[in-house]
Parts: sequence; C-alpha cells; structure tokens
Amino acid sequence: MIYLDHNATTPLRPEVLEAMLPYLREEYGNPSSVHQWGSRARCAVEEARVQVAGMIGATAAEILFTSGGTESNASALHVGEATTTPIEHSSVLAWCGLRDVDVDSQGVVDIASLRRALTGKPGRVSIGWANNEIGTIQPMEDISSECRAAGVPLHSDAVQAVGKIPVRVAFVDSMTLSAHKLGGPKGVGALYVRKGTSFQPLLRGGSQERERRAGTENVAGIVGMGEACRLAALEIGAFAESCVALRDALWEGLAGVEGMIRHTPRRGCLPNTLHVRFDGVRGEALVAALDIEGIAVSSGSACAAGAGEPSHVLAALGCDRDQSRNGVRFSVGRGNTLEQMQAVAATVHQSVARIRRAHGGGR
Amino acid sequence: MKQPQPGSRVVVAMSGGVDSSVAAALLVEQGFDVVGIAMRLWGEASESGCCSIDDFVDARRVAARFSFPFYVMDFRDEFRRSVVEPFIGDYLAGRTPNPCARCNQFVKFAGFWDRAVELGGEWIATGHYARIRRDESNGTTALLAAADPAKDQSYYLFGIRSEVLERCLFPVGEWSKPQVRERAEQLGLSVAQKPDSQDICFAPRGQYGEFVARQASVVPRPGNIVDADGQTVGSHDGVHQFTVGQRHGLRVSAPQPLYVTDIDAAAATVRVGPKSAVDSHQVTARQVNWLTAELPQPGRALTVKIRSRFEPATVVLAEVSVDHFVVQSERGLPAVTPGQAAVLYDGDRVLGGGWIERRAAAA
Repeated sequence: MIYLDHNATTPLRPEVLEAMLPYLREEYGNPSSVHQWGSRARCAVEEARVQVAGMIGATAAEILFTSGGTESNASALHVGEATTTPIEHSSVLAWCGLRDVDVDSQGVVDIASLRRALTGKPGRVSIGWANNEIGTIQPMEDISSECRAAGVPLHSDAVQAVGKIPVRVAFVDSMTLSAHKLGGPKGVGALYVRKGTSFQPLLRGGSQERERRAGTENVAGIVGMGEACRLAALEIGAFAESCVALRDALWEGLAGVEGMIRHTPRRGCLPNTLHVRFDGVRGEALVAALDIEGIAVSSGSACAAGAGEPSHVLAALGCDRDQSRNGVRFSVGRGNTLEQMQAVAATVHQSVARIRRAHGGGR
Repeated sequence: MKQPQPGSRVVVAMSGGVDSSVAAALLVEQGFDVVGIAMRLWGEASESGCCSIDDFVDARRVAARFSFPFYVMDFRDEFRRSVVEPFIGDYLAGRTPNPCARCNQFVKFAGFWDRAVELGGEWIATGHYARIRRDESNGTTALLAAADPAKDQSYYLFGIRSEVLERCLFPVGEWSKPQVRERAEQLGLSVAQKPDSQDICFAPRGQYGEFVARQASVVPRPGNIVDADGQTVGSHDGVHQFTVGQRHGLRVSAPQPLYVTDIDAAAATVRVGPKSAVDSHQVTARQVNWLTAELPQPGRALTVKIRSRFEPATVVLAEVSVDHFVVQSERGLPAVTPGQAAVLYDGDRVLGGGWIERRAAAA
C-alpha cells in the first residue's frame, strides 16, 4: 500500500500519539477547572500554544485553538465583506462574497488585480498561502505590502503550507493552521490573530481562549497539535528536501505518458505536491484504478467530496469542463520511499493506457 | 466464448438497495474480484429516492463488510443527456417515455461498461432480475426473463448491446425477491428490509407533468381535445400531461367513458374515443436492438410486451429488419403507447426490442 495523499491528511506521528495519550487517559481534567487536574490540563494547553506560536513566529497570546482549518477560516472571515481568489479552499470561498483577485495560469496571484480589488476597500483579503490542489505558493510578501498600503487586513489559509515550507506571520493579520496536515490529529486547528486586530468570536458562550472561542478545549488534540508543530519546525528543512526528491522522482517516472500536463509550477510550489492532468482520463477513474492497485491519490480536494465534480481550481486556471475533471494530485510525505515512486509511476503508465483503451484507444 | 471464472474482476453497479447488495455479496462468495461502483445519476441530492447520500452509504457499508473497493462515480452528464432530456422531449412530443429502459440502454450498460473496463473489469454485474444463458455449443449469449415472473425486469434490458450482454452477470436473476431478502438477512446486511425503489428516480411520483413543465426549455402549448368524429370536446394545457389509454384527468363530460387514443403533438391535439378505439392490432417498433445472432423469420408466432406490467401477448411477426419490426395481434393490444418499448420474446428468451411508434391510422 502506498499513500500519496498527504495533502488530504497525514498519518498521526507516533511521537504525537505518545504525547496525546496521557490526556486521553489519566489527565482528563478540564483546563478551566480550579483543582490540580484542571491545572495540569491548562499547563498542557498553554505549552502547546507556545509550540504552535514558535513555529510561525507568533506570540502565544496570538494563537487560539479551534476544531480545525474550516473553523479557523470561518472565525477569521465571518464578519465583514472579504475578497479572495477563485482557487481557494471551499471553507474560504464560503465566506467571501467577492472573488476578484485573479490568478495566472500557474495559480499565482496577479498583483495588479489585487491592487484593483483593494481600491474597492474590501473589509478583508483572504489568500491561501499555498494552494491545496496544485501546490502553488503565493508571493505573500508582495501581497502583504499591497494590503498594508491599502489598509486592508490580510487573512491567509496556510493549512497546506505550514510544516512544508517556512511560514512567518509577519506578512499577515490572521492565519489558519490545521494539525492533521502535519502529522497531528484530526479535529484540531489554530487561528493566529495579530495582536490589536479586531476579532469577533464565532462560537460564544464560554470564556475559553480569552473569550475568542467558547467550548471546553480539546486537550489531547491540542497537545498533539503542539507536538506536531514542534517536530515539524525542527525538521522542516530536511523534510522539504526529502519531499522534493520523492516528488521529482515521481515526475521523472511519469515522463513519456502521452497527453500529460503538469499544473504544479516548477518553482514556487510546495515540495511534496505534484498535480498533473492526463488528456481524456477522468481523475475519478484514475484515482479508482490506482486505489485498486493499493495506491492512494486524489483527484482534487478531498473536501469537494462530490464525485466527478470538475475542479474549480483547474477551471480558474483556464481549463475547460472536461479538462477540469482530469486532474490527479500526488502528495508525498513521511514514510514514502523512492522505490514507491517508481512503482507508482509504472502503475500510472499502465492505468492511463488501460483507461484510454476503454474508450477505443488513442485520444 | 468467455465464461465467468472465479478470480476475474467484476464491477458491480451498486445502488444501495438490497438487490445489488446481495448481487455483490454473492459474487464475493463465488470468488470473484469484486469492485463496487455507485452511479451518481442525478444532481440534486435526495430530491427523490435515488442517488441520495444515504443510499451511497448503504452501498459503501456492504463493500466494507465484504472488503472490496467501492467508488461513487459521476454519470450525471450522460444521464441528463441520454435519459432526462429525452424524457422531457418525449412528453412534449406526445409520447410516454420509459426512462428506466433508456437508462439501461444508454447509461448502465453503455457508459458503465466503459468505466468497468477502465478499472480492469472483465465483467459487469447488476441487481436486475433477469438471467443470461451462455451456450458453449454455438457461442451465443441469450437474455432470459427472471426465474421469478413477479420480479422479471428483462423488459427493461432489451437495449443492452450484444457485446456487452456477453459480459453481464445478473446474480439474483434465479432468485425471488423474498429469497434475496432472506439471503440479505443471513448475511446480516442492513439493507435487507429496505423498501424497493419506486417509479422514476429523478421525478417525483405523479408529478411528471410538473417536472416536464419545470425542466423543459419550451413552454408547453395548449390545444384541443377532439373525439373520433373530429368534434372538439375539451381543451388542455399541453400534450405532455397525457398518455395513450388515459381515462382520468381529461375534464371532458361524455355519456360513455372516454380514453386518449392518440396524441398529435404537432397540432397540440389530444384525440379521445371509447375503450374499443384504444386497442391496436398492429405495433411498429423502431431503433430495434436485436439480441439474436440472426433476425427472426417473419410469420413466426412470438410474444410481445408493450410495457413493463403487461402479460406477454401472442403476436405474429409481420415485418422485420435490422432496425425495425412490426407485429400483428388478432385480439388487439390495449393502449399501445408511443415512447414505450415493444420487446419480443420467444418463450422466456428476449429476442430484441425497440421503441413504439405512433399509430399511422389513428387519425
């Protein structure tokens, strides 16, 4: 079995599980409780807050824990009119009434169009740090200076970037993180909110998280997220390097497949992501064919659950309706090997050929 | 000729109902390499009974229970093009469509077969009640009515192309519905007592007229209801609300019950007459799909079904060609309805079928 869908989710790291286990067993205290059970849980949550903040150059007080990336995005964007690009994750698009920041054919934000969008004085701009489907990394420094010059706060969904590339909060006013994309557990995420930025809670009815997010903390999950961030910060350089080696080996192995178009940019992309499209081969068919052979990949965002939906990301890059259904995303991660990349490439060659034969060959 | 062998890959169309669930389970027990596919046919989830998320979950649980791969695949474009649009077009043209037979002909045993081949499938299977006889001696594959006449669905399957029929498996075709449910109980399937699907999956029962009016790109035209003498006896809002043989909803008062005998869409005229005028002594079918190696000889006595709930009637084959046939009935056939299928049987074997044409002599 070969898992190449690390942008959808990652396996829980064993060290993270170990760190979490006490808080699923004997350390069951509520962090808001006065007694020592509560006190120990509180300490664990605050330690995790320091770990998350440290990874992104924030202070602990600027981090609030949530149930995940979707809640973090909603918390940042639920008040006021925001504008964004057409290639964002659906949990961002859901809150943005405007999508007038254009991207080029590689998915890179067009600064001139951002400038035009800013003249309309939107309440906020939201730009994903790195795209989840094709892996394009945005020029956050340039985007940030445009937004600052216009006096418009900038939010970034950095779920796919954190842990894979260095991410610093210096460029943004708020930022979304998710634990399970970097070896942490599902169901926990964080939102960075720059000190002094106005913020209205999405969930009310409790004073947790400095009255910014009501509800008893997911202590074990938060501890896991802290540990995952700590490890990721230590290893980020070596991890990115190993991902690039794997990803490039896969790309070389795919050479020679006819009608293959690469959507992941050659530069300025996530180290672990390779998104390609095969003419005449629907992504859902190739994903199923590879799965039967024990290889897990994705035809786009796992969150756009609807089978066979054309990818809104590919559509925004200029692909037509059929082409937008032909994308396949390979995302490598911890545990993958170079031998696996060769095996995957060989299976893709065979599967693409078989799928094309099923339609009378050629195409 | 190819006989199904254990170990070969069978792709099963799974609806989440008891029939296809048991079909898949039986194939697993027989040692086939089973892959399940749920076909997403129609967009708006849970508007009607089919393609709901619950149905797909039911199918997925069966797949998980028997440890075979399962995928939901998108057939919405071809379903709309090959089934829903012709359904609307038929009603507007004064015909009464049979979308289930069309779906089998143009989607389930056409596009689905292609998808199965994409996944390396050598066979496809469904939960239909029909049987297949593979005769080694002469290399023919025959489609037969189900063992249980109460559940026989062979009428709906006449449109399967011969080369696809050779690769079809109908694992429950030898069984009765109670037997299938009992087997499902034995296997512990949660769908064992799930109600049968009813009517047309994409349009609410009893509201086909409203569906057509809502979906059609042209506005239905009002017109007259005339009797056998050409006298106008009433009016209507559009021919799509009528079917040959219909008695209710005419809003015409007459000394004897009146029935629709003909629909002239071009003139927007609905003709009515006494019960005797509804019978036809001749039926013409076009776009015929033959499931025999050679065309049957004219003059042969055969039986015909002119709609699904219809006791096969004895007829004589008057004309026959590659794409049409004409049968004659001495006793007369009640309410021969353009748009429905006429399916020819020799005993329990389906010889072929086609789409019923409007009576020429009706006017």
